[in-house]
Amino acid sequence: MSYSAPKFKEKYGNFINGKFQDPIDGKYFENHSPVDNKLLAKYPRSNDKDVKSAIEAANNAKDEWVKTSASERAAILHKIADVIQENLETFAQMETADNGKSIRETMNADVPLAVDHFRYFASAIRAEEGSATELNENTLSLIINEPLGVVAQIIPWNFPLLMLAWKVAPALASGNCVVLKPAEQTPASATFLAEKIADLLPPGVFNVIHGFGPEAGKPLASSPNVDKVAFTGETTTGQLIMQYASKNLHPVTMELGGKSPNVFFNSIMDHDDAFLDKCIEGAVLFAFNQGEVCTAPSRILIQEDIYDEFIKRVIERTKAIKMGNPFEESTMMGAQASSDQHQKILEYIKIGKDEGAEVLAGGDAAKLEGNLANGFYIQPTILKGHNKMRVFQEEIFGPVVAVCTFKDEAEAIEIANDTMYGLGAGVWTRDAHQLYQIPRAIKAGRVWVNCYHDYPAHAPFGGYKKSGFGRENHLMMLNHYRQSKNMLISYDKNKLGFF
Amino acid sequence: MDYKRVEITPEAEKLLQELKQQHGEVIFHQSGGCCDGSSPMLLPKEDFYIDDNDFLLGEVGGVNFYMSHDQFEYWKHTHLTVDIVKGRGGSFSLDIPTGYRFLIKSRMLNDEENKNLNP
Repeated sequence: MSYSAPKFKEKYGNFINGKFQDPIDGKYFENHSPVDNKLLAKYPRSNDKDVKSAIEAANNAKDEWVKTSASERAAILHKIADVIQENLETFAQMETADNGKSIRETMNADVPLAVDHFRYFASAIRAEEGSATELNENTLSLIINEPLGVVAQIIPWNFPLLMLAWKVAPALASGNCVVLKPAEQTPASATFLAEKIADLLPPGVFNVIHGFGPEAGKPLASSPNVDKVAFTGETTTGQLIMQYASKNLHPVTMELGGKSPNVFFNSIMDHDDAFLDKCIEGAVLFAFNQGEVCTAPSRILIQEDIYDEFIKRVIERTKAIKMGNPFEESTMMGAQASSDQHQKILEYIKIGKDEGAEVLAGGDAAKLEGNLANGFYIQPTILKGHNKMRVFQEEIFGPVVAVCTFKDEAEAIEIANDTMYGLGAGVWTRDAHQLYQIPRAIKAGRVWVNCYHDYPAHAPFGGYKKSGFGRENHLMMLNHYRQSKNMLISYDKNKLGFF
Repeated sequence: MDYKRVEITPEAEKLLQELKQQHGEVIFHQSGGCCDGSSPMLLPKEDFYIDDNDFLLGEVGGVNFYMSHDQFEYWKHTHLTVDIVKGRGGSFSLDIPTGYRFLIKSRMLNDEENKNLNP
C-alpha cells in the first residue's frame, strides 16, 4: 500500500493563548520535505516578541491550570491521546513528509507510541500520591507535589511528534503550562496537534512557537519568566541552555545524544535459531529511522571468535534493506532529514575511510530515481575499524555503523565505556551471568538486554556522562516538572522554651 | 613552518564575516552528540563560557575555534576545514537563519604537519 503527503495550508501561525497567531514581525520560513525537497508549507520565523507573548499567555493561564484536579488533567490527556489515535494515518503521513522516515515506522512506532505516552501519564497521576510521615508523636511532615508553573521545551526533528509527547505529556500531567519550540526542520505535527486539541485545553496552557534557535530558542531558554527548560539536542547547545538557565537559577533537563555500543558475545552463535536471527536484526537496527536516533546502536562490538561468521550475516541483512519512497509500505529506510545532515554523514564516511576503516557495506550516498532524485538518501553503511577512530566516537546521526572486535568480557566493557557518552547500549548473550553483569558494568542510562530500540512508556530513559540527565518516559519525569512542598506541622501545644 | 589544525574555505569565511558584522565578536565551538551535533556552532563570544575544559584549536577568519578537551582527544589526529552547506540545521548557531550551515570537513594530518603543529 502506498501513502502520500497530507495537504498543507500555504502557511501556519504560532499557537499562542489557544489560537493561531501570525508572527508579530510577519516573517516566515519555508519548510521543505526531505523526501523530494519540495515545499510543504511556511511557518513563522518568530523572534523574542512572539516568544514573550507565548510566555505571557502561559503565565496568565498557570494559576487556573494548577487548580485542576489530577482526574481532570488525566481526562484531558486521554482525550489528546484519542485525537492522535483518530488521526493516526494523517499524523504518520505528516511525519513522513516532514522528516523523511519510512511510513511503516511512523504508522507503527512514532504515532502509536505518542498515543500511549499521553495515556501513561494520564494514568500515572491518578495512581501516585504525596506522603505523610509522623516524625515524632507531635510532628507531621507532609510532602505535596506542586507544578513548577511554566515550562519551556525545545525538541529535535528525529521523532517530531514522539519527542513532543515525551516532553509535553508529563509537563501537562504534573500541572504545568508549556511553551514548546519544535525543531525548525520539522514544524508540521506540533502545529497539526495544536489545531486538533485547541478546544481541549484552556487557552495558554499549551503554546507552540516556531522559528530558529538563535532567534526564538534563545529568548525562550533565557527568559526569567519560565520556571524550567527541558532540551533534547546536542552538547554545545545543551551547555549554552544550561548557562542561560543558570542566570535565572532555573532547573533544566538535558538529553544530548550518544554513541551507543551494541555488544555481541560468542554464545549467540551456539545455535542457529530464532534468537540468533533476532541478534542479527539487533545489529542491523543501526539503520532504524535512517540512524537518526540519539540511542542508535552505532558501534557494534563482536567477540572475535564469532566475528567472521556473524558479520557475514549482518552484512547480508544490511544489504537486503529496501530503500525507496518513504511513503511505500515496503520501504525499510527513507531519507535523511535535511541536506546539511546528508552532507555531514558523507563527510563522516570519508573521514572513516581516511582513518583506515574498511567499508563492509554501503559507503556512499544512495541515488534514487524519478521524483526522489532530489531527496537526501544514504546507503546503510558498515565500517570496520577500531574504537579510537572518529567514526567510533562521534554521533553521525545517519545509517552508518562502526564495527570492531573484542577478546573477552573485560575488553568488551573497556571499549563500550571508552566514549564521552552514556545514553544507550545493547548486550546480546545466552550466558546468564553476562546478562546481568555486563549491563551493570556499562555506563549508560538504558541498557537493552537481548533487544534494542524498544521505547515503552514506564521504562525510564536518560543519559549518563555527556548524554545529559533527567529520566523521561517514566513517572519519575513528573518530579522533574515539580517542586516538593513540605509542610511541617506541630501538634504540640507547648512552646520550645527558648524565649 | 607551522601547520594549522583548522582552516576555513573562502565561501565559509564570507558567511562568517557577514555574521561577525551582524553579531559582533563570535566564537566557534565544535559540538558533539544528537541531531544537529557534530557541527561547528557559531556563538556570540559573551554567550558561551569557555574555560580550561576547552581546547583552542586555532583561529579561522579572526574567530577562535574551540572544542572540549575530551572530544579533542578523539579528533587530534585530524585536520579540520570549516565549510558551508546549503540547508537548514537546528541549534542556536548564528548561521541557522541564513539557510547555510557551517560544516566540518576532515582529513588525516600527515607526519610533516604532526611534527610542526601550532597549537
